[in-house]
Amino acid sequence: MSRYLRFLIIAVVVLGLLFGLDYLFPGGAIHPELRKHLSDNAARLLPYIFRIAMLAGIAITLAVSLNLINGFTGQFSIGHAGFMAVGAYSSAYFSVNFGANLAARLGGGKPAWGLALVLATLIGAVCAGLAGLVVGVPSLRLKGDYLAIVTLGFGQIIVVFLNNIEAVGGARGYSGIPIVKSFFWIFLIAILTIVIVRNIVKSAFGRALISIREDELAAEAMGVNTTRYKVMAFVISSAMAGAGGVLLAHFDGYLNPKSFEFIKSFEILIMIILGGLGSIVGSVLGAVLLTVLPEALRGFAEYRMVIYSLLLIILMITRPQGLLGTTAAFKGWRGRKQKRPRSRTETEEITAEDSSAIDSVAKATLGERQRDSSLGQGEKSEH
Amino acid sequence: MASSLNGLNDSVSHAATRLPRKSRTSPVKQPQRSYLFPLLLLLTIVLALACAHRENIPDRSTIAIGFFGDLTGPTFNFGISAKNGVLLAADEINQAGGINGHQIDIVIEDDKGSPEEAAIAAGKLIDRYQVVAIVAAGASGNSLAAAPKAQSAHVPLIAPSSTNPAVTQAGDYIFRACFIDAFQGEVMAKFASNSLKAKTAAIMVDYNSPYSRGLSDFFEVSFAKLSGRMVIKQSYQQGDADFRGQLSAIKAADPDVIYIPGYYGDVAIIAKQARQLGLTAPLLGADGWDAPELWELGGDALNGSYISNHYSAKDPAETIQKFVHAYQQHYGNLTPDAHAALAYDALKFLAEAIQKTGTTEGLKLREALAQTKNFAGVTGVISMDRDRNAVKPAVILKLEDGAYVYQETIQP
Repeated sequence: MSRYLRFLIIAVVVLGLLFGLDYLFPGGAIHPELRKHLSDNAARLLPYIFRIAMLAGIAITLAVSLNLINGFTGQFSIGHAGFMAVGAYSSAYFSVNFGANLAARLGGGKPAWGLALVLATLIGAVCAGLAGLVVGVPSLRLKGDYLAIVTLGFGQIIVVFLNNIEAVGGARGYSGIPIVKSFFWIFLIAILTIVIVRNIVKSAFGRALISIREDELAAEAMGVNTTRYKVMAFVISSAMAGAGGVLLAHFDGYLNPKSFEFIKSFEILIMIILGGLGSIVGSVLGAVLLTVLPEALRGFAEYRMVIYSLLLIILMITRPQGLLGTTAAFKGWRGRKQKRPRSRTETEEITAEDSSAIDSVAKATLGERQRDSSLGQGEKSEH
Repeated sequence: MASSLNGLNDSVSHAATRLPRKSRTSPVKQPQRSYLFPLLLLLTIVLALACAHRENIPDRSTIAIGFFGDLTGPTFNFGISAKNGVLLAADEINQAGGINGHQIDIVIEDDKGSPEEAAIAAGKLIDRYQVVAIVAAGASGNSLAAAPKAQSAHVPLIAPSSTNPAVTQAGDYIFRACFIDAFQGEVMAKFASNSLKAKTAAIMVDYNSPYSRGLSDFFEVSFAKLSGRMVIKQSYQQGDADFRGQLSAIKAADPDVIYIPGYYGDVAIIAKQARQLGLTAPLLGADGWDAPELWELGGDALNGSYISNHYSAKDPAETIQKFVHAYQQHYGNLTPDAHAALAYDALKFLAEAIQKTGTTEGLKLREALAQTKNFAGVTGVISMDRDRNAVKPAVILKLEDGAYVYQETIQP
């Protein structure tokens, strides 16, 4: 009972905080009443900060969902932007053609738009999840790096499709999407993503996923239906990426296929590798850092992307497992490569530590054998 | 809220560490935990430095005008040229005493040539720097991405060189200083048919670029109207390196002219490979060709090609020569390209509109901009039509040994 009470209290506090922030900063702008009490400088800074914060919220949704498949299940997906695009475009199409109508018919107030956005989010998530199923079922039956190739291809195909579908603007981009950006919805979905991924990881389902990451063969031997679990994790991850895409579509009211090219997938991948694979807090940290960093570096003008890249390189050299990670990013490769040198080290260590003992034993044996003239050459060479 | 959430997440990561795993016995040397602190410290210092680097919020006595463009990215030249043009115009206005006694302050941001970054840049200019108007962006997609923010904040946005018709349809605060794709495609079709007497044409289109597709579509329609015949249409993608397949197909079709409405990076390589394959038909292009890099990459292969453009630096008209001279004094003998000229014009007629209304208030400024009539700019006499598009002539230039030779002006 107390567990539920605790959960209830946390939920109420979180929702209250989000509502409060949303009330004070509707759509990232400042409430006129609050504006009166703020200095000019603060009034200029806050909307900008809130805009970046909302982008970070969207990035958190994307990073944490990718972490489920890349960090916890150990599958290498590099097409997250593709699923995001599916969610973004399907929901945008819905919002433009039906959602705006629906909201207007319901009075056009905040709750009406909220309902329209919830419907859009559901549609985006379901479409992205279905896309995940289509991509995941054939490719996750296999072990190894096939998923990476298939997801990379999927990401490219989606962009080519979007470039050529005139109903959603084609290469020109899709404009006129109703803007329903609010602190509340973005962070609600980000927190939901975190809670869902956390609960999955802590459940038996999550243990199965982690066992697949650690050793797929062993997991299968223990009775884990690896394909089924991998596909389930992948579909959930894709659906959440779709939800992230929905938020992005309704954030600026404009979508361009260029925003979903494979570089975007890598951006999300960098977030979780930087934050640490297999760590939810790490993903959140990575998402926030990688959203804030390019903005903070704007002062360096043309050099900002150079500095940005340098920082990433320094970070990865000093902490290959990411800021909060427990596993190195490419453990699989490293593990395999380092196996041989490791066994050599072990023997060397033994030789060094026990060399005197071994020496004495060897000398004693040799001495005995030398004294024992009846021993043949063949037997000696065996030593 | 924060602490309870942190608690939850911490327990997750601890749970993860408790699990038996290979990495525990892994030979990879795990860096000590003490690395984390100095690293975060370093990051904080860099961030703090970055934030302290520029906090020069324009003060109340100056008029803040925003500019953003692709100062980095695949077509960074366009952005740099536009920036130079805007800064030159601002300099001239400020030297002449500013607008109604107020100096102009240009706030510059980079959008890396990506629509997402363009939206962020516009947001920053409007929220953080409270600019009264924005001159941006280069590519149509980037202007479209920034348009909703400008529209909702009632900040007029003038796109100097976004030629896609959709840009100004994004809202009544969105203007442009250039003609639209439809006109440019039509101009080239007219020139090909009337002046070059071409009967057949081939098209090479960058399929992912709305600019390229728009131009090729309008060229096709206009060329057909002038009783020309399209014999073959091939496509490529920005960044491709080998175009020989498409060019061989074009060679087999043997057209009189080849229309390639692309950007300079690809076009230069296409021209080179076309000449290597023995294609001699003249290549026709558009304003996307106009960059100094075109000659570095393409060289002699470009000779005999024609492009439609917003203006010609070789035009003897006095306004143009004055502009070219001032630009060269500022930027060390660099010849201003069309992007520089358009951005220069955009800021100039924005300044005129502010001067006329005597206010920087969004709604009034918008109305003044919409009423721009016969503004004598470097890129021709500019009037705004009902859809906030600039109505102005285009010029045809011939490419000869590193120079653009002025051919003719085609009126709308």
